Amino acid sequence: MKKKSFLSLLAVILIIGLLAGCSGGEAKNENTDENGSATEVKIGINFELTGEVASYGVSNVDGIMMAFDEINANGGINGMQIVPVEVDNKSDSAEATSLATRLMTQEGVVACLGPATSGDFMATIPVAMQNEIPVISASATADKGVTVDNGGNVNDYVFRLCFNDSFQGVTMANFALNNLDAKKAVIIQDNSSDYGKGLAENFVETFKGSGGTIVAQEGYVAKDKDFKAILTSIKGEDFDVIFIPGYYQEAGLIIKQARDLGIDAPILGADGFDSPVLLELAGAEALTDVYFSNHYSSIDEDPLVQEFITTFKEKNGVEPNAFNALGYDLGYFIADAIERADSTDPVAIKDALASTKGFVGVTGSFDMGQDHNPIKSAVVIKLDNGVQSSSVKVDPK
Amino acid sequence: MKVFNKKNIIIFVLILLFYAAVQALISTGIINSFYEITLATICINIILAVSLNLVTGFTGQFSLGHAGFMSIGAYVGAIINMNMNSTSGFLIGIFAGAVAAAIVGVVIGIPTLRLKGDYLAIATLGMAEIIRVIFLNMEITNGAAGLNGIPRYTNWLWLFIFTTGTIILINNFIKSSQGRACISIREDEIAAESMGINTTKYKVMAFALGALFAGIAGALYSSYFYFIKPTLFSFQKSIDILVIVVLGGMGSITGSVIAAIGLAIITTALQKYAELRMIIYAILLVAIMIFRPQGLMGTKEVSDLFKFKKKGEKIE
Repeated sequence: MKKKSFLSLLAVILIIGLLAGCSGGEAKNENTDENGSATEVKIGINFELTGEVASYGVSNVDGIMMAFDEINANGGINGMQIVPVEVDNKSDSAEATSLATRLMTQEGVVACLGPATSGDFMATIPVAMQNEIPVISASATADKGVTVDNGGNVNDYVFRLCFNDSFQGVTMANFALNNLDAKKAVIIQDNSSDYGKGLAENFVETFKGSGGTIVAQEGYVAKDKDFKAILTSIKGEDFDVIFIPGYYQEAGLIIKQARDLGIDAPILGADGFDSPVLLELAGAEALTDVYFSNHYSSIDEDPLVQEFITTFKEKNGVEPNAFNALGYDLGYFIADAIERADSTDPVAIKDALASTKGFVGVTGSFDMGQDHNPIKSAVVIKLDNGVQSSSVKVDPK
Repeated sequence: MKVFNKKNIIIFVLILLFYAAVQALISTGIINSFYEITLATICINIILAVSLNLVTGFTGQFSLGHAGFMSIGAYVGAIINMNMNSTSGFLIGIFAGAVAAAIVGVVIGIPTLRLKGDYLAIATLGMAEIIRVIFLNMEITNGAAGLNGIPRYTNWLWLFIFTTGTIILINNFIKSSQGRACISIREDEIAAESMGINTTKYKVMAFALGALFAGIAGALYSSYFYFIKPTLFSFQKSIDILVIVVLGGMGSITGSVIAAIGLAIITTALQKYAELRMIIYAILLVAIMIFRPQGLMGTKEVSDLFKFKKKGEKIE
């Protein structure tokens, strides 16, 4: 008996020792030059590099890294080189929480960028609030629970760089009313995602509010393939536009089948359309008179945008997508805030982020709003024969 | 047999000492908030693995739906906790989540536990998917977007209480007559039945008890990680739990505990090598399965290794 309790005690001590050995202490290795001022600034990059939404995370990070390389090549921020600390959250929200904690408490970062999707980003918000270190996402577009909590209070340390889903619904409704002179609309919405439901709700509200009529509102769920029943039933109706709030997999098929049935009314969508797969599914011919809102357009003639596209192609060998562009802006956005704060104190950086005015980026210039959402215009892109033929900027009201 | 015998008192004191030691390390900041997350993951995984071990390891019913029960606990706990933002709300949430999971366990267990082997695995897998899709489409669970802003009440104290509680209760259950009936079902169902054991009753009992503790783990999880969404509780999660059980040894509680701790430490240590992490993790699993197919502990417990039988003394 004595021997046994001794062994148990030994085991407990060993476990404690093991746990204690794990903690490496607070690693705040701030490198300083001979004058004592910082020579580098650490920024956390917490993204979905593997897992189901890895394509968004990787695209964002490609853009961020390009921005950081450019900034460092140009002498850094106020003489400080940016040191990105990149981690992979495996598209898992618990992992995102854990990594955000590690970046903030172990690595000593002054701000965290990412994750790319709303759910994973939300999981890092309490960590940011607790440690008082800002987190910024370039592409978390969910309406609720991101920059403003459920009680309606602004999360001080949380920012985003993109408009939210409801803004796109409103934008497309206004676009249909004002630019296409539409009075009657049909909606075919994705009922299986919050994205689709949110867009449809805001579209209907704005469209009706400005005197339009919704002739029919049909629904489908993700992975549906045959939409002929819905399309045949709406074919007999009298309408000016079709709005499809959903993702490219289904939208591509709906567009193709609609055009095959001889429905030639303009088709509207949102940033879920932004994928080369849309063209593959619908075919070039069907993608005529199709409009969708997006964060940026590659045919924008702004020299800044064109320069970004050229440099990105040289570096990565592919055309940048909207997520690359948002990532690139995110890199410059945080650098700009640190420069204006003239400090590596997270609280000062937070204040600088909140007071951003007239930031000029590839995805448009904006001021930071009261609710930490950018006041930013969307781009409505027109497709003709499968290619982007024109783009219109729609400003927020 | 007295409850307050010398051995139990020593174990109790050691448990308290362990709690106090870790609490001291947290208070002094040696275990900082990052390692605290690993600690929470370990505790939650221990509860999940030990409860699945009761179903799969001890009763021999191959279940692939443990994440489904966990999600019930997580959602019920989170919704109650968000509406009652206090420690009592947190505890009521855990209790309600556990009971809800156990009820679902009974309801699902009665028809599916007639199935055997592969068929049971497929049925439980389907059940977990159904639960997930229900949460995906309910208004109160906020659909695919998930629930966020869940208040954090889970801390070392609660984690410790529920983890040790789970281990002790399941350990005692296995050593009770009901537990022995469960083990006999694993060994040979027909023989058990011929000895007069109501196999369906004990299978459902083990299943419901496993679901109950999975519900507790889910509620602790939602309150620690602030955010839950249906995809967190997919098939993959059930597999993760099963891996811990198989690795530790089917039918060994200490095996599950050791495997849960070991895997969490490996995952944390490899966090910096994102690209290599999955490869190293997989190689480790393959190696262990080749060299120790019965798992780290097999069906033995740690206490079995320290057995020094004296005449007349009965250990465990």
